[in-house]
Amino acid sequence: MSAALAHRARRRLARDRPALAALASLMLVALACLIGPFLTGHPPERIYPDFVRVPPSLAAHPRSDELRPALQRLAFRMRASLEDVAQEGERVRLTLTAPKPIDERSLRLLPRSGLFGEAQVLERSADGRRLVVEAPIRRLYFLLGTDALGRDLLTRCLAAGRVSLLIGLTAALAALLIGVAYGAVSGLAGGTVDALMMRVLDILYALPFVFFVIMLLVFFRAGLWLVLVAVAAVEWLDMARIVRTQTLSLKSRDFFRAAIALGAGTGTILLRHAVPNMLGPIIAAATLLVPRVILLESFLSFLGLGVQEPATSWGVLIAEGSRALESAPWMLAAPAGFLVVTLVALNRLGDGLGEALDPRLQRGLDQRDSAGR
Amino acid sequence: MIALILRRIAQSLPTLFLVVAGSFFLIRLAPGGPFDLERPLPPAAMENLRRVYGLDQPLIVQFGRYLLSLLRGDLGPSFTFRDLTVTDLFARGLPVSLTLGSLALVLALGLGLALGSLAAFDRGGIADRGVGLAASLGLAVPNFVTAPLLQIVFGLGLAWLPIGGWADGNPRNLVLPVLTLALPHAAGIARLTRASLGEVLIQPHIRTQRAMGLSRARIARHALRGALLPVVATLGPLAAGLMTGSVVVETIFGLPGIGRYFVEGALNRDYTLVMGTVVLVAVLVIVFNLIADLIAAALDPRVRLSA
Repeated sequence: MSAALAHRARRRLARDRPALAALASLMLVALACLIGPFLTGHPPERIYPDFVRVPPSLAAHPRSDELRPALQRLAFRMRASLEDVAQEGERVRLTLTAPKPIDERSLRLLPRSGLFGEAQVLERSADGRRLVVEAPIRRLYFLLGTDALGRDLLTRCLAAGRVSLLIGLTAALAALLIGVAYGAVSGLAGGTVDALMMRVLDILYALPFVFFVIMLLVFFRAGLWLVLVAVAAVEWLDMARIVRTQTLSLKSRDFFRAAIALGAGTGTILLRHAVPNMLGPIIAAATLLVPRVILLESFLSFLGLGVQEPATSWGVLIAEGSRALESAPWMLAAPAGFLVVTLVALNRLGDGLGEALDPRLQRGLDQRDSAGR
Repeated sequence: MIALILRRIAQSLPTLFLVVAGSFFLIRLAPGGPFDLERPLPPAAMENLRRVYGLDQPLIVQFGRYLLSLLRGDLGPSFTFRDLTVTDLFARGLPVSLTLGSLALVLALGLGLALGSLAAFDRGGIADRGVGLAASLGLAVPNFVTAPLLQIVFGLGLAWLPIGGWADGNPRNLVLPVLTLALPHAAGIARLTRASLGEVLIQPHIRTQRAMGLSRARIARHALRGALLPVVATLGPLAAGLMTGSVVVETIFGLPGIGRYFVEGALNRDYTLVMGTVVLVAVLVIVFNLIADLIAAALDPRVRLSA
């Protein structure tokens, strides 16, 4: 891509408000997925049995009406019964009784539940069967609610986003490399080789690829890497076409013919002359490739063939959410929201880049204006 | 035209062979077999079963036999649906998938063309922006999100329509699945129509028509004919994809189409069912691509000459 084109493209893109908004929201989503899981206060795998299918809210948990049931469950596991609970601001005071002396080591269950801090024994009866304990209440926030196991949905969505974005970028990159190599070689070689390579491409186009991908994943236990390979293997075809067409049009240009006449090697021609001059359309097509890859991955994960537990992706979360739709609609809404925002933004950015990087477009715009309405 | 059709069929034979061979050997290489049950069968019974279905022969012999029976139009017996052949299964499921697919295709085309033209004639206006936004949403929202959303709004919330089931093709049962299938494609067609119509509308011959004072409707008719070509070019794969059923839509709405056969067949190692589905899909892709090419040739004389 020449410096002039890059400069003009940047100027054009800077005027394209929706594309800029798309870029900004993409960076926001990516940043949130990268560092977000450390900031939400919950590890993605942390299960809170006391907070199953909590709806999204800004309020801190445990709420005062949730204190007693949570403590009752804990007391049961300490082999004691809860006699009295009193909340004093940030702390809770509880009285435990049991038929046998209470082992104070079992008080470790309180902080381990994630709901309370370190417990202090205030009073202990002589026979050890009655205990008064005070513990600070921790404040837990579930901004997007929790799932059917009691895991924080926001953290899970962000952690899943890492996997979805990673697969999207890596598979798109792989598809890009295969497609560029195939298309450039085909276009440069020309003649019989080109015809043959295009015939192969035609045959591949007609293959029901998704079926092969599904077969691969069903037969050879799905995993992250297999999904990546499978998706990349499907999506490189369009790229090969685009690059071939570009190469063919480049071949008739003077500077290109000069390079060949000067005896430059195939590798040099490919890397120094062909690829840089085709970078614009390639970048635009690659940007549009990423959402397709993410969508394909989430489709496979929805079928249970893609990313497997404990790893998670937006597709996995959406599948879980659609099963719990009646009782917990936020379980579908949250991951679907992340997915849709990302896909819309990527599509919009790809379109914007395509327009900004298209050297013919300046003329097209002028024509459109002069055509009038 | 007959020559064109024949040539295209001849060209598609290597593709078809590749599809059959690829899926045949892929599925046979996969670990597990169709008769692996939770409690293993006694070895003698397993031996008998394998002999009955010809699985004891060398792989290449099996492949040859399969090809021969395929030439006779016989897709073989299903391994998991006892007493049913794959053809029987398709005879049950294909009408369901074809009904849903063709309705969805018509809806997607109608909606997409209408909205796309609306946007193209109003370039930069409110309608253009609205359609653009709706189209990018339609493309980004996957059908496994649309389907449960439609179910909860129209099935549970408003209780206008049943949330699932086939009910012998009762139109009320078809609305939601057809809508789910059609929406993303309608969005795609709308974008395509807007782009290609936009290109046509700045051509000199349209400007001339405007200058001559032709009515908007007349101009639209002339412009649409040229703008339809790229849309028609995508119709082949699109129609094939819609007609062969959708795993997601059929699973979520509980419909007895053929989309589910493939994934279920693969999971159960139902060799013949998986093969049959792949062959059916490949044939449909070829047929619909051919039809799309014929329509394109009818629309554009240049395509006719070069074909």
